[in-house]
Amino acid sequence: MYVADSRAGARTASAEGVARPRAGRRRAAVAPTVLALGTVSLITDVSSEMVTAVLPLYLVAGLGLSPLGFGLLDGIYNGFSALVRLVGGHLADRGGGRHKWVAGFGYGLSAACKPLLLLAHSLTPIGLVLAADRTGKGLRTAPRDALISLSSTPATRGRAFGVHRAMDTAGALLGPLVAFLILRATVDGYDAVFTVSFCVAVVGVLVLVLFVPGDTRTKAGARPPRSTEATRPAGSAEATQSAHSRETTEFEPPPTGENPAGTTAPPTLRAALSLLATPAVRRISLCSLLLGLATVSDAFVFLLLQRRLGVPDRWFALLPLGTAAAFLLLAVPLGRLADRIGSRRLFLAGHGALLLVYALLLSAWHGTALPYVVLLLHGGFYAATDGVLMAAASESVPEELRSSGLALVQTGQALARFVCSLGFGAAWTAWGDRTALTGSAVLLALGVLVSLALRPTPSEGPA
Amino acid sequence: MTLRTRLLVLVSALVVLAGVGTASVLHASARADRRDHAVAGGPKITAGTVALTTRGRMIFRNMAWGPHRDELTSVPASDPSGPRTASKVKCLRFYAAGGTGVCLQSLHGPVQDTYRAVILDSRLRVTARYDVPGIPSRARVSPSGRYAAWTAFVGGDSYAGTNFSTRTAVVDTRTGRLTPSLEAFRVVKDGRTYHAADVNFWGVTFAADDRTFYATLATGGRTYLVRGDLRARTLTTLHPNVECPSLSPDGTRVAYKKRVKGLPKDAPWHLYVLNLHTLRETPLAEPRSVDDQAVWRDDHTLVYALPGDYGADLYTVPSDGTGKPRRISTAAVSPAYVNRPSSE
Repeated sequence: MYVADSRAGARTASAEGVARPRAGRRRAAVAPTVLALGTVSLITDVSSEMVTAVLPLYLVAGLGLSPLGFGLLDGIYNGFSALVRLVGGHLADRGGGRHKWVAGFGYGLSAACKPLLLLAHSLTPIGLVLAADRTGKGLRTAPRDALISLSSTPATRGRAFGVHRAMDTAGALLGPLVAFLILRATVDGYDAVFTVSFCVAVVGVLVLVLFVPGDTRTKAGARPPRSTEATRPAGSAEATQSAHSRETTEFEPPPTGENPAGTTAPPTLRAALSLLATPAVRRISLCSLLLGLATVSDAFVFLLLQRRLGVPDRWFALLPLGTAAAFLLLAVPLGRLADRIGSRRLFLAGHGALLLVYALLLSAWHGTALPYVVLLLHGGFYAATDGVLMAAASESVPEELRSSGLALVQTGQALARFVCSLGFGAAWTAWGDRTALTGSAVLLALGVLVSLALRPTPSEGPA
Repeated sequence: MTLRTRLLVLVSALVVLAGVGTASVLHASARADRRDHAVAGGPKITAGTVALTTRGRMIFRNMAWGPHRDELTSVPASDPSGPRTASKVKCLRFYAAGGTGVCLQSLHGPVQDTYRAVILDSRLRVTARYDVPGIPSRARVSPSGRYAAWTAFVGGDSYAGTNFSTRTAVVDTRTGRLTPSLEAFRVVKDGRTYHAADVNFWGVTFAADDRTFYATLATGGRTYLVRGDLRARTLTTLHPNVECPSLSPDGTRVAYKKRVKGLPKDAPWHLYVLNLHTLRETPLAEPRSVDDQAVWRDDHTLVYALPGDYGADLYTVPSDGTGKPRRISTAAVSPAYVNRPSSE
């Protein structure tokens, strides 16, 4: 199904390609902004994964705590992070193209958390530091994706996100390596890991501040004088803003990227929410929501893989690495493919790959190649959906609401996956793992079918 | 800012940050040298022979700085703060009974540390090795020495989510038959077979019959004491809110850590003793939060670890709720008393 789908897609794309002036071939790979943001993400992920990788060891061997308590708190932070993402997206859109500064604030907040880990010696303060770190991550994600989207043309967006996600994943794979090299060179060198992680994070913030262009929409013209935003009488939409969003404006970074003179009022929360009234946005949100409801969390996939196929215990820790490596390798080629056949189509094909993962996990085939095939498909699923969804969403969200729109789609997807995790756990409890997975597979197949039925009208087809 | 200025700023920052990073690594590696030197006033340690059959000894992981750091070390059970004899065998966690030891070790690999459990005979020679899938935490041997069990924390890669789970393995040291995870056993909760995706087990403690054991079951955010049956391969819930049980030598009571309401989230546990016949709980006289699987020195006394200056210190408290906790040893963890004769 997956192969058939992409074949059919490729044929259509070549027909469309005639109209395009041989886009992909000769053009420079991606915009410098994308490369700069990719570098920032790579460096930041090295920093954060260093900490993630040693944290359980630090808790158990360094501090003598049981990490189980921390695991319980973790779920709460993840839900919180999804909501913070909406705030970050909205803040970045307000005032016209503050993406860089909201993202920078998020990166900075996470960087500042690293030295604090040196001071925290019990679960509660460590939990708080990690919550702040997660907040930084939530704040920066949507503005960063908006920057990537705004700095690339619709025809190269898939590739731009692919390059970014590949660099991001490379950082995630390097981080634990650096951390364990430090631990090997030292004795109980957790303080050194946290210090180096902080230094690396600061480099990431610096690269962002120095090399990512500030204002995506005014870069052509001269910088406008300070915006009138502060003095402008509150419009009706402004006045109805929730108290919550007004509170969050306290955290706004210095408004360096100002509202371009002469444009309309900065997007309000209501405007951001009214995005959902746009058919195209509604459609993509609905698709990602439906498919998210059938996306079984990684931990379950690895657990099922281990149980069904008898992967030895000592390889268990390597399973996530396999998925990440496949994601890394496939992100760019699949991003390019998204540009050729349409990101919406590839997004669905990616879920076809996930469906194949479920089918393989349910099948009776026990070949030695099975774990490799499953992990390759699982990584392929991420490569075909993670950045690609952002590329697809970019097509239907107007520029001035790009960050809010992407945040909306991401948060919807994250919440759907969270609900799926709860439901899958409950189904596993009630009916066993095979039934739970069969249910997810049926749900996923239905989701793909519904998404296919929700085809955009020809006038708003993929760019 | 011109590109030149920006590059200049970046390069100068890189130099400074690389300096800070390097200094922190050097500082942490210099600490290694310091830890290889004994601290003045610390316990006296000499290399020697440690055997798991010498009566009246307590064997533990020595955490005092010096050349014998992390080695299995023995002291007279009657004088636990006395001179230590170190064995050269390094363990993160350890337990021994009936002439058999289980030692959970870390192996430094090129990319990351891996862990294994080794079974030791009475002269600390390795008789079997098993992979441990994560960071080792609890270890126990049955009183006869025939069965060994250990628990590891699995997870922590952010690709897999930051949730942790536990994996508890049991091995028959006579046949070598390994049960890599207690999750293979049938769980009976409230009289019915229980299935859940979030089931975790930890902290096995064995009875003298080489068939019954007790452990912690966690599911749905709660913990339970379960009684296990090695032959029927079942686990039956007995009592809620019990973690890291430890069966008394006479087999009538279980000492454990209990989550007490109103205590801080990071230190929620107090020590209790549960009478297995009456299911009556007795709080022990230790006011601090204890995150350890206690050990019975005899039918009336418990020994457990609390964080100390050099990792952990050992304390003792009566098992009937009376008396006061008393520190018996510094820089020590994972004690095992080998004074009890084998039940066979």
